[in-house]
Amino acid sequence: MFHIYCPYCEELREEEEFHPKGQAHIARPEEPDACSDEEWGDYLFFRDNPRGIHHEMWLHAVGCRKFFNITRNTVSYEILETYKMGEQPTVGAEHLAREEKTSSVQAAEGGQQTVGASDAALASVKGAQA
Amino acid sequence: MQRYSGFGLVKHALRHHEDWQRQWRNPTPKPRYDVIIVGGGGHGLATAYYLAKEHGITNVAVLEKGWLGGGNTARNTTIVRSNYLWDESAALYEHAMKHWEGLSQELNYNVMFSQRGVLNLGHTLQDMRDIQRRVNANRLNGIDGEVLDAEGVQSLVPIMDCSKRARYPVMGASWQPRAGVARHDAVAWGYARAADALGVDLLQNTEVTGFKIRDGQIQGVHTNRGDIESKTVGCVTAGNSSVLASMAGLNLPLESHPLQALVSEPLKPVLDTVVMSNHVHGYISQSDKGDLVIGAGIDGYNGYGQRGSYPTVEHTLQAIVEMFPIFSRVRMNRQWGGIVDTCPDACPILSKTKVKGLYFNCGWGTGGFKATPGSGHVFAASLAKGEMHPIAAPFSIDRFHSGALIDEHGAAGVAH
Ligand SMILES: Cc1cc2nc3c(=O)[nH]c(=O)nc-3n(C[C@H](O)[C@H](O)[C@H](O)COP(=O)(O)OP(=O)(O)OC[C@H]3O[C@@H](n4cnc5c(N)ncnc54)[C@H](O)[C@@H]3O)c2cc1C
Ligand SMILES: [Zn+2]
Repeated sequence: MFHIYCPYCEELREEEEFHPKGQAHIARPEEPDACSDEEWGDYLFFRDNPRGIHHEMWLHAVGCRKFFNITRNTVSYEILETYKMGEQPTVGAEHLAREEKTSSVQAAEGGQQTVGASDAALASVKGAQA
Repeated sequence: MQRYSGFGLVKHALRHHEDWQRQWRNPTPKPRYDVIIVGGGGHGLATAYYLAKEHGITNVAVLEKGWLGGGNTARNTTIVRSNYLWDESAALYEHAMKHWEGLSQELNYNVMFSQRGVLNLGHTLQDMRDIQRRVNANRLNGIDGEVLDAEGVQSLVPIMDCSKRARYPVMGASWQPRAGVARHDAVAWGYARAADALGVDLLQNTEVTGFKIRDGQIQGVHTNRGDIESKTVGCVTAGNSSVLASMAGLNLPLESHPLQALVSEPLKPVLDTVVMSNHVHGYISQSDKGDLVIGAGIDGYNGYGQRGSYPTVEHTLQAIVEMFPIFSRVRMNRQWGGIVDTCPDACPILSKTKVKGLYFNCGWGTGGFKATPGSGHVFAASLAKGEMHPIAAPFSIDRFHSGALIDEHGAAGVAH
C-alpha cells in the first residue's frame, strides 16, 4: 500500500484515494494537424516504461480531485518525490535526462535527492512503501 | 527422448522411480546459433519447438535469465478461450485453441488441458448487448459460443448467487464450451522437453544485457555468460520487453504493470467451470487439487516488482464473495504477482522492428497464456521465413502509427 503525499492537500494519504494516470510531462502537440502519423502515434501510444525512475501523473480522486506528479522507482516502488502540475521533478528520470541533458536533472539511485515537498513532508514521503 | 506412457509409469514404479531421464539437457552456450530466442516462458519455448519441428531449424538457443517458465507463464490463472471480438484476434486465439486440443499428444506431455467451459458474465443491459455482439461475431468466425440468461447460468453454476438480491445481479453470460484451463508449468516443461529433444539449447540463468547491431542488422546478443551470435533474434520477454527494446534503441507502446492472483486452501469439488466477470472484476476456477484459483486486475501504476497492492486483492475478493457468498469464509493460501506488458489496444505485438533480424513477440498483457501454442507457431513461421505469418501480420507494431488498431479493450469480456 502506497502512502502518498498530495502536494495540494499537503497530507499523506492512502493509495486508495488516488488513481495513477500514466507517464507525466507529455505535451500535446501544438498543432495536431501538422503532425506526421509517426509523431501523432508516438504522442498517443508510445510511453517510457523504465525499470527504475519514472515520472507519473496521479489524481487525488477522492480528495482534492487534483492532478499532480510523482517520481517513483518502478522496481522498489519507493516514492522519491511528489510535486504539483507545472513543476519539474528534482529527481531525474531517463527520458528527461535524454531529452534535456541539463545539469538540473540529476540521476538518482537511492533517492537521496531533495524532493519538492517541504522538509517535514520529505521525511514521511521517504517512508512511503508499496 | 524417453517417451512417457501409462506403461512406462508402471515400469518406473517397479524401479522405485530412480532412473527417469532428465527432461532437458543443461548445455553450455555455443558461440553462434541460427536463431536466438530471448525469454524462456511458454511463448519463447513454443517458438523454439515449432522452429525445430516445423521448419527444421534446430540450431536454436532459448536464453532465459531465470528458470524456464518462471515468468508470467508460472504466475497466471491459466484460462484458455478464443471468444475474441475482432477477426484478427479471433483468428490468432482460435489458432491457439486448435493447437491446445491436441497438445498433450503432440508433446507427449500431459498439459492437463481441461475444456470445462468459460462463462463471461453480464451484469448490465450494455454488458448483455456486448455479449450478444461478441457471440455473434464468434460464430461467424466458426468459434463456439452461446448467450445464456440468468437461469442458464444458474443451472451451470448452482453455487453462484444469480438472484435479484445481488448488488450487481447476473443478467446472463457468454458461454464458450471449448474453453477451459491447462496446467501452466506443464506447458512450459512440455515445450522445453520436446524442443530439447529436437536439438534446441535451453540456456537458463542467461540474461541478455545488450544487442550487437551492425548496419541496422542484428548480429547477436551480449549476455552475462558472454556474447552469442545470431542474425535472427526473437524477444519474447513479456513484462521486460520495453527494457529489451531500449537496449536496441527501440521504443514499444507498452506499459508494465503488476497483475496479481491468489489460491485458496483446497476444497471439495464445487466449481466445474471457469467464471469471469468484467463488471465486478474477478475470475475464478477450481484446480484439480481443489484450490480456488482467483485472478485480480492490474495495479494501475507501472511496476516491475513481482508484487502488487493489497487494495487490489481486497477488491477482487469482494467481487468473488459478491458472486459466491458460499466462499466468504474460505481462507487464501498464497498470493503473488507477475509483470504484464499491456498494450494500448489490448492486443499483442508480433512484429519485425527497424533492426533487421530483430523481432518482438510481446504485449500479451493480462491474457497471453491461452495463446501460447498459437503464438509460438506463427512466430516460428515468421522467424523462419523472414516474413510475418498471415495470422501474425495484423499485429505489427506499425499499427500504432497507421491507426489500424485491433481494439479488444472491453470487447472480449475480461481481458484474461
Ligand atoms: C496473475 C496473472 C494472471 C494471468 N491470467 C491469465 C489467464 O487466465 N489466461 C491467459 O491467457 N493469460 C493470463 N495471464 C497472462 C499470461 O500469463 C502471459 O501473457 C503469458 O504467460 C506470457 O508468456 P510469455 O512466455 O510471453 O512470458 P513469460 O512467461 O513472462 O516469459 C518471459 C521470460 O523472459 C525472461 N526474460 C526477461 N528479460 C530477460 C532477459 N533480459 N534475458 C533473458 N530472459 C529474460 C523472463 O525471465 C521470463 O521467464 C496472466 C498473467 C498474470 C501475471
Ligand atoms: Zn489532494
